[in-house]
Amino acid sequence: MIKLNPHTAEKLAKGVIWTVALMVIAVLIFIIVFILYRGLSVINWEFLTRIPRRSGREGGILTPIIGTLSVTLLAILIAMPFGIGTAFYLAEYTKDGILTRIIRFCTESLAGIPSIIYGLFGFIFFVQILDLKWSILSGGLTLAIMVLPTLIRTSEEAIRAVPKTYREVSFSLGGTKWQTIRKAVVPSAIRGIVNGLILSVGRCVAETAAVILTAGVSLSMPKSVLDSSRTMAVHFYQLVIEGISMTNAYGTAAVLIILVFFINVVANMLINRFVAKGR
Amino acid sequence: MNRNKIIIKDLNFYYDDKQAIRDLRLNIPANEVFSVIGPANSGITTLLRTLNRLCDLTPGTRIEGEILLDNKNIYSEEISITELRRRVGFVFDVPTPLPMSIFDNVAYGLRLVRRKNKKTPLESVETALRQAALWDEVKERLKSPAMSLSGGQQQRLCLARVLALEPEVVLLDRPCSGLDPISTAKIEESLTELKKQVTIIISPHNTQQAARISDRVAFMLDGRLIEEGANIEVFSSPKDKRTSDYITGRFG
Amino acid sequence: MKKFKEKLSGRIFFILALSTISALVLITIFIFVEGMPLIAEVGLFNFIFGMVWSPSQGHFGIFPMIVGTVSVTFGAALIGIPVGICCSIFMAEFAPARMRSIFRPAIQLLAGIPSVVYGFWGLIYIVPIIRDRLGGPGLSVLAGSVILAIMILPTIISISEVSIMALPRHYKEGALALGMTHWQTIWRVQLPAAKSGIVAGVILGIGRAVGETMVVIMVLGNAVALPESILDPVRTLTTNIGIEMGYAAGKHQQALFATGIVLFILIMILNITAQIITRRKSK
Repeated sequence: MIKLNPHTAEKLAKGVIWTVALMVIAVLIFIIVFILYRGLSVINWEFLTRIPRRSGREGGILTPIIGTLSVTLLAILIAMPFGIGTAFYLAEYTKDGILTRIIRFCTESLAGIPSIIYGLFGFIFFVQILDLKWSILSGGLTLAIMVLPTLIRTSEEAIRAVPKTYREVSFSLGGTKWQTIRKAVVPSAIRGIVNGLILSVGRCVAETAAVILTAGVSLSMPKSVLDSSRTMAVHFYQLVIEGISMTNAYGTAAVLIILVFFINVVANMLINRFVAKGR
Repeated sequence: MNRNKIIIKDLNFYYDDKQAIRDLRLNIPANEVFSVIGPANSGITTLLRTLNRLCDLTPGTRIEGEILLDNKNIYSEEISITELRRRVGFVFDVPTPLPMSIFDNVAYGLRLVRRKNKKTPLESVETALRQAALWDEVKERLKSPAMSLSGGQQQRLCLARVLALEPEVVLLDRPCSGLDPISTAKIEESLTELKKQVTIIISPHNTQQAARISDRVAFMLDGRLIEEGANIEVFSSPKDKRTSDYITGRFG
Repeated sequence: MKKFKEKLSGRIFFILALSTISALVLITIFIFVEGMPLIAEVGLFNFIFGMVWSPSQGHFGIFPMIVGTVSVTFGAALIGIPVGICCSIFMAEFAPARMRSIFRPAIQLLAGIPSVVYGFWGLIYIVPIIRDRLGGPGLSVLAGSVILAIMILPTIISISEVSIMALPRHYKEGALALGMTHWQTIWRVQLPAAKSGIVAGVILGIGRAVGETMVVIMVLGNAVALPESILDPVRTLTTNIGIEMGYAAGKHQQALFATGIVLFILIMILNITAQIITRRKSK
């Protein structure tokens, strides 16, 4: 093998790494532009506010939008107390021990479990055994379990980032534990917790495999959380895989990308403000 | 001499295996400024933290002996820790404003006891800020964030926050380290004024400060009380050689 | 009253904290209860090494799908790991501050885009290229590997970057002070020191590739057969569940849950390995 001069090696390595990094960005931009280029022209007021007809060949995507919103909202509402509560328990109420180790193990494991497994579980447990049928409720419950780890991790990090002195001050002024958490810890941790919530919303919006098996694929307008409804991601998948309408598929994908972009930008702005404030 | 506000009986304190306070016996009279001096790691901060049970927050600590506040052991079962901490305030060695407005900082402790929906009386906040010699500097901007104050102002805010609870004892752990001389002078002035109402126990940041403000002085070394007495006695004719070495700056 | 509130809040947080444990236990129990009867009936060996998957005829062999999962994951790892590590070095060491402030949200966005959109892009863009340039049906192991490689990047990058950034400053400064070039410092000091974090990131990335469903349904062709080249279509464990769950019933449905068990065990092995590595590092 040729032995490289260290400075030549440095230049070469730098060159390769810069190229690879820029290529990754280029691919990301390419994918986004690729979808938006054909999708944006499909999006208009009618597309967003009309109910899909003929399986989505005609009409808009109003029902999938409502499906996405309701499933996501439900999932977040259900996951919030458990996720944030677990984070407070881990960060404030307990020392490291067997139980916290088990909780952490379960959290990490849940984070790694693929969404199709969540789908299988939701299908057998919520849809069949609890007899909730294919419904917004089944989908919301399933996604709630799926986003738990994200919520726990981000919230715990935010709580741990609150300076120890805030707690000491509050205790030294005669605060109880609960008062200290509510008045001294929560106000400082809230941005990080909200950021975790937003990331979870993003995951719910983007999810397909778990919701298709639990919320079903119905295109009719849901009247309650016990009705089936497809989300935008599921609708998009159906349009593509059944070859129903490429035009509307592009349109739906564009809406999804814009939504995800918006969610990520908002999350990022919050992170920046959070970090800036913390220092 | 005044009656004793605090009586410490055979106090021993441990962090895991390390002993920080050894067989400490001490009487602290009411309505005086009591200084505890000594080199770093002598157990002074630990001692102050045992007096309002802030030391309970550190895991792995153990305490032996008794601390009597008005002749009641503060480590007995019947004592309410939150009430104890309101009666015995604590000012930390670095300014520790909470990330909220100046007003909310001072009102923080008051709001913990008051029932909801009752507004914190402006007067209590004003009195506390006046006692801490900060009122004139902040009266125009009570709603602005406490973090925007200078270090010296922040420390006086922390003092005001403690005073708002009308405590019986105030503990100050090197409250003036790193402060500008003007703020230091203002704090010392308020302490002298305050001792009419409260008992003050302070760990001064140097011996000069101790000499300026204290009525009585205790010297600690390695967790042991070496000497204790009236200000003038300790500084002019220390009984123990280690005390005189410390005062004259030969170590520590 | 106050004491009561104090105790109550502690209790409530404790109960909430049990949620992840109960969720994991419930998921494990129900996947196993649904799937085990079929494995017991067919036999573990026949199920895992069986070559024929034909639910209507009562043949339940998932070996081709195991091969499918392994081959696509291997391909994705082959592309994704070097690219991901390069990007994390870029983020941690080379990128100027402004570049980093663009790159980081970009990677986050990459992670946030729905997987179905990647699958769609693969189907419309990558698959035709492979078909026209390299031959075969286009729907292939190669197409799946390329897209999964992109999808696992965020996991690898974020975890590796954090572990490089978390190294004490003196590692780098010491090496530079010895006259090493920046690259030598990275290659000989920082990467070896951050190794366990990077490995954990890679394992979790592989886990994502193994578990991904919608993308692979769209670009793999889903044929139940052993692939002879990277241009052949395959079916993975996840696609098997994803495609057939919609209409399966009875034994067929049980067989899909049994496929889920295999997938679940595979993922848990990867998960636990990553956790052990990270934990050892933090000690």
